[in-house]
Amino acid sequence: MKILVAAKRVPDPNATIKVRPDGTGIVTDNLKYVVNPFCEIAIEEALRIKEKQGGAEVILVSLGDQVSQEQLRTGLAMGADRAILVLAEGDTEPVIVARALAKLVEQEQPELVLMGKQSIDDDSNVVGQMLAEMLGWGQATFASEVKLADDKSSAVVTREVDGGLEDIEVQMPAIITADLRLNEPRYASLPGIMKARKKELKEVPLADLGIDTSAQVKTIKIAPPPEREAGKRVETVEELVNLLHTEAKVI
Amino acid sequence: MSNVLVFAEHINKAFSKNALVAVGAGREIAGKSGGECYVAVLGSGIEGLANEIAEHGAKTVFAVEHAALENYTADAHAQAIANLAEEKGCDIVVSAASSIGKDVMPRVAIRLGAAMASDITGYNDDGTIERPTYAGNAVATVSLETAKKVITVRATAFEPAAKDGTAAVEKTDAKIDEGALKMKFVAFNETKSDRPPLTEASVVVSGGRGLKSGENFTEVLEPLVDAMGAAMGASRAAVDAGFVPNDLQIGQTGKVVAPELYIAVGISGAIQHLAGMKDSKVIVAINKDEEAPIFQVSDYGLVADLFKAVPEMKEAVEKLK
Repeated sequence: MKILVAAKRVPDPNATIKVRPDGTGIVTDNLKYVVNPFCEIAIEEALRIKEKQGGAEVILVSLGDQVSQEQLRTGLAMGADRAILVLAEGDTEPVIVARALAKLVEQEQPELVLMGKQSIDDDSNVVGQMLAEMLGWGQATFASEVKLADDKSSAVVTREVDGGLEDIEVQMPAIITADLRLNEPRYASLPGIMKARKKELKEVPLADLGIDTSAQVKTIKIAPPPEREAGKRVETVEELVNLLHTEAKVI
Repeated sequence: MSNVLVFAEHINKAFSKNALVAVGAGREIAGKSGGECYVAVLGSGIEGLANEIAEHGAKTVFAVEHAALENYTADAHAQAIANLAEEKGCDIVVSAASSIGKDVMPRVAIRLGAAMASDITGYNDDGTIERPTYAGNAVATVSLETAKKVITVRATAFEPAAKDGTAAVEKTDAKIDEGALKMKFVAFNETKSDRPPLTEASVVVSGGRGLKSGENFTEVLEPLVDAMGAAMGASRAAVDAGFVPNDLQIGQTGKVVAPELYIAVGISGAIQHLAGMKDSKVIVAINKDEEAPIFQVSDYGLVADLFKAVPEMKEAVEKLK
């Protein structure tokens, strides 16, 4: 079985993000980057499927500039078999990422594509769904449990939806996007890190994929959100409840 | 001039606030783009539902019927929505950024060759769009450069459509290529609760890692939640620690809420949590760590041991009634 996993390089979710005064983006000096947390969960799920199946090939894919190698090496150290980096400068909008992934799916012919439900920088939550439609595949977004049928012709996936949990059955090949509780990603072991250095990491310039890369969404500016002022400190519960009642008038 | 088609979602033939907000946003966007606002309700046997939403003032409500739409699945719904938009000449398709809207609308965008903006918080007069990125630490202004556009709207950022008009209801059969469907609904396990839904409640009381256990959510926090008629939420840390289920999670990776009153109990205020609640009207923080970042966004901050303060607050709230 071949599993393709998409992984994105993003700023550390715990880092403080500041907007550049000229409105062209965020301040990236000294910013630490990691594998997008949801992508990490997707990698872990692929590895667990591989371990359970007693064999599968896990191929990582990322789209970004050269430094995205770091995140692919992290995934290889976790246990993925090889990686492909689609080289592109700057931010690439979701639909172009989906087109690039569709091209790689065509080339690699995986039976399953796993990815995070959203990346924590752009917060769009669209690439998996777009890719599924481009390929004419089924999708299971926001997955918290994946059960592959024994003959691998379908999967029953539990999804985290508004108001509860939904189970759907999706024919394979399929796209599954990981939600928070699908699993807890492992840490790369030292031998894993050593081995990762020797694993194949192929680079492909975006332009070589032969896809339409013209922009559909133009970013005009990036601004900081409206500031919220810190209010007052209260000393007692009584004071708090009184203020909520008489001043804020919310209870 | 562009006409707008709103996809009004329902769960088991009941609309939530999401559907009304989508219609409200659709009317606003149609007004700004000089077109009409149409609404689509999809399902099987949904004429009554279509009549219900017709009271919220669109031009026409399409009751889109098909056996394959009986239960929600992304592939069948995407086909039906995209085909209807083309047939009716609607260049802008809008839904709520709910779990259903997020799931289906990117597929609609691909089918229509439309540029997409998700989870938007504003639609400007010139057609540009505001959307939060980086967990709400930045707001991007974008323009969609294609003739057709697909938009999901953040439910807290738009007003639900008022009950102020009667739309015509038009029954129509969905056009779906059933041979292309790859997904099947199996079951929905609803979280049973007597409390208001998190994204609709006017008061939300949330707990964090400071609660220390799931039992403490039940024994310490829930009495206050119920005394206030509130919905209960949680931080990602509390969900990660296994104290409460993920559908209570508020933040960048969970739900976005903006109630009249938000009470954060034992929550430090990580960036990703603030992303889900900082547009609340009044924010209260109760935390024993006076340096906790949550205090920087709070209107009222109480530095106290929550295990003492929360039961006291429950008593005080009950006395007010």
